[in-house]
Amino acid sequence: MKKVTKIVVMAKQVPDTRNVGKDAMTPEGTVNRAALAAIFNPEDLNALEMALQMKDRMEGAQVYVLTMGPQRAADVIREAMWRGADGGYLLSGKEFAGSDTLATSYALSCALRKIEPDIVVAGRQAIDGDTAQVGPQVAQKLDLPQVTYAEELIDICDTEITIKRRLERGSEVVVSPLPAVITVNASAKECRPRNAKRVMKYKYALATSELAVATEDRKAFIEERPYLHIIEFAAADVNPDPEQLGLSGSPTKVKKIENVVFQAKEAKKLTADDKDIESLMQELIASHTLG
Amino acid sequence: MANFFLDNKDLQYHLSHPLMQRIIELKERNFADAAHYDYAPHNVEDALDSYRRVLEIVGEVSGEVIAANAESVDHEGPRVVNDHVEYASGTVRNIEALIEAGLSGMTLPRRFDGLNMPVTCFAMANEMVSRGDTGFENIWGLQDCAETINEFATEEIKAKYLPRVSAGETCAMDLTEPDAGSDLGAVMLKATWDEEAGVWRLNGCKRFITNGDGDISLVLARTEEGTKDARGLSMLIYDKRDGGVKVRRIENKLGIKGSPTCELVFNNAPAVLVGDRKMGLIKYVMSLMNAARLGIAAQSTGLCEAAYREALKYAAEREQFGKSIDKFAAVAEMLKNMEAKTLASRAMLYETARFVDIYKQLAHIQQERGLTAEERQEMKFYNRLADGFTPLAKMFSSEFANEVAYDSIQVHGGSGYMKDYACERLFRDARILNIYEGTTQLQVVAAINHVTKGTYLEQIMRYEELAHNEATRAMGEKLVALRELFVKATERVEALDKECVGYKELHSRRLVEIAGYIILSHILLRQANEVEDYVAPAKIFLKYASKKVAEAYTAISESETSDVELYK
Repeated sequence: MKKVTKIVVMAKQVPDTRNVGKDAMTPEGTVNRAALAAIFNPEDLNALEMALQMKDRMEGAQVYVLTMGPQRAADVIREAMWRGADGGYLLSGKEFAGSDTLATSYALSCALRKIEPDIVVAGRQAIDGDTAQVGPQVAQKLDLPQVTYAEELIDICDTEITIKRRLERGSEVVVSPLPAVITVNASAKECRPRNAKRVMKYKYALATSELAVATEDRKAFIEERPYLHIIEFAAADVNPDPEQLGLSGSPTKVKKIENVVFQAKEAKKLTADDKDIESLMQELIASHTLG
Repeated sequence: MANFFLDNKDLQYHLSHPLMQRIIELKERNFADAAHYDYAPHNVEDALDSYRRVLEIVGEVSGEVIAANAESVDHEGPRVVNDHVEYASGTVRNIEALIEAGLSGMTLPRRFDGLNMPVTCFAMANEMVSRGDTGFENIWGLQDCAETINEFATEEIKAKYLPRVSAGETCAMDLTEPDAGSDLGAVMLKATWDEEAGVWRLNGCKRFITNGDGDISLVLARTEEGTKDARGLSMLIYDKRDGGVKVRRIENKLGIKGSPTCELVFNNAPAVLVGDRKMGLIKYVMSLMNAARLGIAAQSTGLCEAAYREALKYAAEREQFGKSIDKFAAVAEMLKNMEAKTLASRAMLYETARFVDIYKQLAHIQQERGLTAEERQEMKFYNRLADGFTPLAKMFSSEFANEVAYDSIQVHGGSGYMKDYACERLFRDARILNIYEGTTQLQVVAAINHVTKGTYLEQIMRYEELAHNEATRAMGEKLVALRELFVKATERVEALDKECVGYKELHSRRLVEIAGYIILSHILLRQANEVEDYVAPAKIFLKYASKKVAEAYTAISESETSDVELYK
């Protein structure tokens, strides 16, 4: 019987769309990433907490974070280490740029094949795209069972996991064989805070490409402490079919982006007669609010 | 995402004080721990960076968890269940979050699993926790008791208890009894040696014990049978795991309702001695109290910050006569004075904490090796300043907390009198601050010696030597004038006290206040010399201070020796 030793949390660094200011969008209608803080996707933090709970219950298990993104996405891995993760993998390279959910889940599944986790945990969805597709697609690509909308870890052993799922009108408890992919809801337990000693221990952790440009002192320092080295995979490291990566692997085409500006206009008084109601209907249809 | 560290520039400023370098050097002793602990710093910069990061965690837990639970904790409060305390559910969540964040044993050495951080940083943490929930700060801040164990207990006792504090167990200091409040020399709780079991046995009762059902308690008890004064008292540790203490009741208080104030009954409870017999009150409680007073200064500063911010927010939102009320001079002046008092309280707190850090660390080093003549000099110098400044910090910050909380309600108007706004809770919570750990009147008793011995005057003269700039020069000159009043007032009091016993006692609070206002103004002035943002609040505080000094000075100069009789 295989023991649960490696739990991988898929996490994403996202622009903080919860605190959107007036300059959050560019005039062209794209997200102005410079104006929004880059944060740990909130539901991925719930996922991290659930993974850490699995670790708490499974002796010898370790939690690693896998994230795909530019170099600065290593921040997500460091943040996870400060909260209890044992390490992480940064999947980074220009080949991945422009990935939609299909290309993203393909790239992540390639990395996961290499990492060989016993459990994969992820947030239900990221606040920038809100698709909730990546977790299920990864499960499908790796041919693993999946438990979505997870709210609570009920039980875990080396062969199976029992999870409470949050459904639209209630909840259900399911048992899944392991390995499996679990996607976690925001209604699950909040992630534990950063831990003082862990922050002090891991504050200098760097991914390979960050290390390459670090000072000699820092390089020597990290060389003596392998736990400070965040593993980085380039595209070639995870043996992908290049056609399925990035833009070429992304069938999603954005047709048009509209910049919607909500503006308070002068109030208009309508009477209850047919003529006013008809004119309001016409107006709403013209503005695409209806129809 | 509320973070009480990141949103508070003033607090961050104090972490960058130049004395921090010396404190870190003393605290880290050539950074030897770096070879043994993966979380130990490698140099001064590294240590400061770690402090900042840890305080950021405290700021987040305080802002996100503790502050969010404060209202429900105030309503729910703790209860007695089967002779033990059951905390309010919010309190339990607060403790869990702090344990997960690894914020216990903040000042303890790493060999006891502590974070080995300076008292200054611990005070900062206390301040933020108190800003979140003043009552909860008591429970968390009592980890301070571990410092007393670390300072005076044997290696065996330290190894047994300190790692438990680092793991998040809570502490209590069981000092007061029904007939021994301010007068601790009257403590009667009996400790008798049990030869068979090889432990001390405690019998009697304690009253007004904050977090009285904590895991590890420092108990002041009478080990010397037949004695009646301070010389018969010793300090012992009672471990809740051993049993023998029941919580008879929890007091129903005006404020800090989440903090269980207990009446305890000791029934043959086993205990171990800390340090030497008969030194309980004379040496150990004094050390404990000094640390606790600094804790109250931090707690008070946190409350000032909370009450000021509540008022500021309300005044900006509330509109009357077509504009927000912070645009009216009467409200704006109140807000500015609240801000100045908050900054002054914080300035005094960290000035004192730095003095404490330096001398305490040198004292610890002294236990390991002999100090050089220079170091001995340094320890003596800062010890004296710490002793002089601690009662001032406690007294001023706790009085300011009350004033700021009072004004916070005033800014809220009628709404502030309702239970709907946090300012009413802050007002109730503030009221204990100038009472416990020694009333303001008792702080004056400790501080007046430093008026007489010249501690304050000498330090004021040192502050006067600092260079000023265009924006601050006039303030410096004003403070010289105030110092002259201080000297005159002191001379008058000393002279008339020789004619009439009791004259000095009558005026001691006024003398201490004059010294305090001058010192607080000087520290703010020094900040104004460094950072322009402090110029306006320093001016505002100085205006307030000179008004208070003038009032006290007038009272003394118009007071004749016959007043001693008049006020009897």
